[in-house]
Amino acid sequence: MNFDLSDEQKMLAEQACGLLAERSAPERLRALIGESAEYDEALWRELAEMGFLGAAIAEGHGGLGMTALDLGVISQELGRANASLPFFSSVVLAAEALSQCGTEAQKQALLPAVASGARIGTFAYAEGAADWHALAPSAKFAEGRVTGTKSPVADGGIADFAVVLVDAGNGPALALVDLDQPEVTRRKLDSFDQLRAHYAIDFAGAKAELLTGATGAGPITRLLDIAAVQAAFEAVGGAQACLAMARDYAMERQIFGRSLASYQAIKHRLADIAVAIELALSNAYYGAWAAENAPGDLPAAAAVARLTAIAAFENAARENIQVHGGIGYTFEANCHFYYRRERTLALSLGGREVWADRLIAHVAR
Amino acid sequence: MDFNDTPEEATFRAEARAWLAANAPAHVLPEGERLEDFDEMARGRAWQRALYDGGYAGITLPRALGGRGGTIIEAVVFAEEEGRYRLPKGPYISIGLGMALTVIGKHGTPEQIARFCEATLKGEITWCQLFSEPSAGSDLANLRTKAVPDGDHWVVNGQKVWSSWAHLAEWGIMVVRTDPTVPKHKGLTFFVVNMKSPGVEVRPIRQISGASDFNETFLTDVRVPDSDRIGEVGGGWGCCMTVLMSERIGSGSERESIAEMIDYARHTPRGAGAATALDSSAVRLAMAQALAEERGEKYLQARLRTMISRGEDPGALASMIKLAYAGRNQKSLGLGMELRGLDALAASGEAEATQKLQYEYIWSTVMRIAGGADEVLRNQIAERVLGMPGDIRTDKNVPFDQL
Ligand SMILES: Cc1cc2nc3c(=O)[nH]c(=O)nc-3n(C[C@H](O)[C@H](O)[C@H](O)COP(=O)(O)OP(=O)(O)OC[C@H]3O[C@@H](n4cnc5c(N)ncnc54)[C@H](O)[C@@H]3O)c2cc1C
Repeated sequence: MNFDLSDEQKMLAEQACGLLAERSAPERLRALIGESAEYDEALWRELAEMGFLGAAIAEGHGGLGMTALDLGVISQELGRANASLPFFSSVVLAAEALSQCGTEAQKQALLPAVASGARIGTFAYAEGAADWHALAPSAKFAEGRVTGTKSPVADGGIADFAVVLVDAGNGPALALVDLDQPEVTRRKLDSFDQLRAHYAIDFAGAKAELLTGATGAGPITRLLDIAAVQAAFEAVGGAQACLAMARDYAMERQIFGRSLASYQAIKHRLADIAVAIELALSNAYYGAWAAENAPGDLPAAAAVARLTAIAAFENAARENIQVHGGIGYTFEANCHFYYRRERTLALSLGGREVWADRLIAHVAR
Repeated sequence: MDFNDTPEEATFRAEARAWLAANAPAHVLPEGERLEDFDEMARGRAWQRALYDGGYAGITLPRALGGRGGTIIEAVVFAEEEGRYRLPKGPYISIGLGMALTVIGKHGTPEQIARFCEATLKGEITWCQLFSEPSAGSDLANLRTKAVPDGDHWVVNGQKVWSSWAHLAEWGIMVVRTDPTVPKHKGLTFFVVNMKSPGVEVRPIRQISGASDFNETFLTDVRVPDSDRIGEVGGGWGCCMTVLMSERIGSGSERESIAEMIDYARHTPRGAGAATALDSSAVRLAMAQALAEERGEKYLQARLRTMISRGEDPGALASMIKLAYAGRNQKSLGLGMELRGLDALAASGEAEATQKLQYEYIWSTVMRIAGGADEVLRNQIAERVLGMPGDIRTDKNVPFDQL
């Protein structure tokens, strides 16, 4: 047994962390919100040049062919920086969907473009408040065309193509749709996460082709499991950022003649968050390892990673504002990025009830 | 990263498994049987002797001390395999192996090592830990039991408390005050004490479980030879740290108990018709969260072991695991009782399983107190990992007799 990142992975983390701390600093994020930017385009290009967007895409398809754990290391750093990028939509969900379920022609057509940043993909699954997790969408695929509305779709404004969860007549399937066609209409929604835009997308008989490997629930839920592990890494990174912010602020703040950090009410709360983060990170490591080495255990591993990471981020994001007091409620204090992003991660791909049920269903009987 | 055994680990596992299959069954405690303390300890000694003869006693202990000189991962692998059998392995054995041997091995003289190591590994000597006192628990350095020199002996007077299995132990590891004129951590000295010495009186304490595993130990004019002193005079605190660190590395559970609970819920009828406890989404959510945390503890433990096996300093990771485990375990067991409904209070059928759960729920309180209480661990994590300030203290740098 050797349950640690490799030296190369540690270097990758350092490199990503250093770059993002510089390029995606809080001032930059506030500026992006000020401009109502769809995403940080300059940073996206830079990540593409560094090969990050193709990290987990196969070498034959223009990527670096790295592992889920390498991708997780990057996801964690993007979470720490709260970067405004379509990484999860394009590199994790859309690219994984193609890699797992696409035909060779589909892969050749799109994966190199995703890796180079030339094209952005997204994953359109939700249909409002309805429970999409039953995988019985009302959006339909028939005779090469998709009809229906998907909402909200993260990064739906900048995406060039979408992988759409549809009912193909004989069960759930994934359809590949080019978003640049007259049969597709996008409407920008008021997004709770100011650094991740969401859209409603109407498909009025849009031309589409199926990802032939994705018929039935099996491959789709596997895709969701793989994505859930990456989201867990992202949440852990966010939680770590919140913990560091809260700790730094408490160290500086003097209250009743001493440092706020010297009070046990604060020390113990932050210690609990530190523990929750380490548990979640350990589960995320295992999830990434299981994705490639113990596929039978992936559903349970993904669910536990997901549940613990969101719980850690939720608590860290809330307590970060609490420790800051009034200043935490200001736009300038930067706590709000995480407070909003946490909800984005907590609700995307299904809430805790959904993952709890998946976990229970996969515990050996 | 690889969660699986390396080829060497797999070989060791196969060897251990084969050896256990041949040797363990004769020592297994029959399910449901409740042994008297003395009998349980006798069986514990016998199993320890078998381990010694098989070359599996003290796996990580250096060969020079009579151990196997193996790696921490081998110790883990062996514990996993051994854990498949219900064997007599209580504090009466673990205090000797985990604490006494550790502190004697690190701070003892060659003569002391020769006297105690092999006999302890063979289960011939059992040990108790005489640290805590009525006014010294988390604040251990506040202890008052004192030793004064008298020729080549020390004369010990005072009271220890919560001394697990002291009523049956042959020897104790003990920390006492030898100099009250210096600040409290500095005036302590460490000894091993023969529990049969005149002046040692052990009185059982009735516990909330109904058992009396721990005791008050009164020490009245007990004469301890200076040759039973471990380390320097005034060096007792360092010895205590050696013991407490090894205690923390060993905590956490190898057993995965939530899956069993889920299985139980799946087969437990609830209400009308065919509904089971697991049909309740509230039950599923609570179970899933408990399982997710339990898995997190397991993989964090794996990270810790990887670090230790490479000789890296794991910082406060062990404290994190203990804190997570102790709290989660108590909650899980409480939930386990709720799953059984009123049957958990007084079982009509399946009484054995219910009694076990009841006992574990009572015992789960101990995990949060002993071996570093929750609040003490939180302080430690906040201070060592997060670099936050220590608590304000009024006792630092003040001579003990002026506190
Ligand atoms: C079953 C059992 C077996 C034991 N066996 C042994 C044994 O064999 N030998 C032995 O020497 N001892 C033994 N102990 C004693 C154990 O080590 C102590 O109980 C432990 O160190 C806690 O000390 P205490 O009981 O005095 O509680 P205290 O230290 O008084 O703690 C009381 C409460 O105060 C909290 N607290 C403590 N310090 C702080 C702080 N700085 N800030 C905030 N809160 C704080 C604690 O977390 C706890 O909640 C045993 C205990 C039990 C329960």
